[in-house]
Amino acid sequence: MGPLDFHVFLQPVPTGETTYLGWLLQGLRTTVLLSACAWAVALLLGSLLGVLRTVPSRGLRAIATAYVELFRNVPLLAQLFIWYFVVPEIVPGGERFKQIDPWLQQFLASMVCLGLFTAARVCEQVRAGIESLSRGQRSAALALGLTLPQAYRHVLLPMAARIIVPPLTSETLNVFKNSAVCSTIGLLELTAQGRQLVDYTARAYESFLAVTALYLVLNAAVLLVMRRVEARSRVPGYLGAGR
Amino acid sequence: MRLALPIALAIALPALAAEDLGPTLNKIKQSGIVSLGHRESSIPFSYYDDQQQVVGYSQDFALEIVAALKKELRAPDLQIKLVPVTSQNRIPLVQNGTVDIECGSTTNNLERQQQVSFSNSLFIVRTRMLTRKDSGIKDFPDLAGKNAVVSAGTTSERLLRKLNEEKKLNIKITSAKDHGESFLILESGRAAAFMLDDVLLYGELAKARRRDAWIVTGTPQSREAYGCSMRKGDAKFKALVDRTVARIETSGEAEKIYAKWFLNPIPPRNLNLNFPLSEEMKALFKSPNDKALE
Repeated sequence: MGPLDFHVFLQPVPTGETTYLGWLLQGLRTTVLLSACAWAVALLLGSLLGVLRTVPSRGLRAIATAYVELFRNVPLLAQLFIWYFVVPEIVPGGERFKQIDPWLQQFLASMVCLGLFTAARVCEQVRAGIESLSRGQRSAALALGLTLPQAYRHVLLPMAARIIVPPLTSETLNVFKNSAVCSTIGLLELTAQGRQLVDYTARAYESFLAVTALYLVLNAAVLLVMRRVEARSRVPGYLGAGR
Repeated sequence: MRLALPIALAIALPALAAEDLGPTLNKIKQSGIVSLGHRESSIPFSYYDDQQQVVGYSQDFALEIVAALKKELRAPDLQIKLVPVTSQNRIPLVQNGTVDIECGSTTNNLERQQQVSFSNSLFIVRTRMLTRKDSGIKDFPDLAGKNAVVSAGTTSERLLRKLNEEKKLNIKITSAKDHGESFLILESGRAAAFMLDDVLLYGELAKARRRDAWIVTGTPQSREAYGCSMRKGDAKFKALVDRTVARIETSGEAEKIYAKWFLNPIPPRNLNLNFPLSEEMKALFKSPNDKALE
């Protein structure tokens, strides 16, 4: 193998509509879009489930616990294949789903899979956040005459949400990294475009170096944003952040 | 003085031997292991049978090559390390030395010759497509506006994309991980057609639940020759491989291997591909060569 040659990225692809760099950037765009959508799903569903894990009702707690155990204990890749290959076969409307644009099929299956998987992890962070508050806060809120939903809405969740920003940062990074799994069902995200580049140019080192660098830049940007959020939402007196 | 000759020989012989073999043969001799790249689901060339053993037409050639290696290197205990490869990683793995020789269903073309070298051809195929009998698809233009699937890293992937771009057919192309997954996408109704080398399509058919529901159709988009791939620039190793393949093909042994895999029931389901020996293949067996076709 010759010396590294990054000029290959400026060459046009065989079909001529863009350059190899264009392919990589298309992949990057898909990765960002997919991860952002999946993260939105995970945050909404995860917060809801996290609350359910801490409510007094035993039935609701059991549902949330079952969800977490199911989605945390099945490998992500297996879940992806189930969403993409199995679910459309058994769910009504699956036949119609299979006729829509293949890219959209892959994207939706990936988004649902990644979102629901990450929701289980977010749920555990939210639960931990709520449980880390002293029991007095809940009791005080209820003693003041707030209903349980009000106590969550005005007292428990605002505190818990601010406490769990650091662990949520690493979950956010995980979503971006886990999205690479979706290349296995044909979604042309960053990793898949990198592999395709190797096929077409035989420049394995350059391609994977570029893909690695793009992931690194992407996650550095995410980290930067989350650090901002962390600094702004820090609760004085908690986690040694009394400044 | 009497000792001088044996000592000189003892020093000179290993050095001579090492010089003689070339990098790949030398490495195989030194380590006592030959790394054989194989496919996992390229029926009937190289795949796992129901006992998870690697079998197939190309694998039979590969084993003959190993036998020739044992003889050439005088290493009867030579061990085979089987390395599963995919359409996507086979060339990098040959280039970086993970596998010494890969015999599966790899097309020998000019572009790939820049990256690896190819043995005398083992097989000649034509790229066509598999579709449901009642789909109404007879040829590639019929795919316009429809969904089609190809396996990532195959020549068909490029051919179909190029055709799509040139003829503005607006085919929506999915690139699946391997042939098994491509067929799953076809069978589940996600794609109207699956483009691949004709013989591999017959191989996928052998796995289908309802075999008579499918048909291989379409004007061949290319003729392609399969060969074993090896690291570039190792003439000694290539010569040994080529010699072995040529011997099999001209001695009539190749016809027997062909009949075993293409005209008789094969594992895993004991189905017969019924893929008769083409004129092109007969010509190849008569005069073995390592030419890329177009």
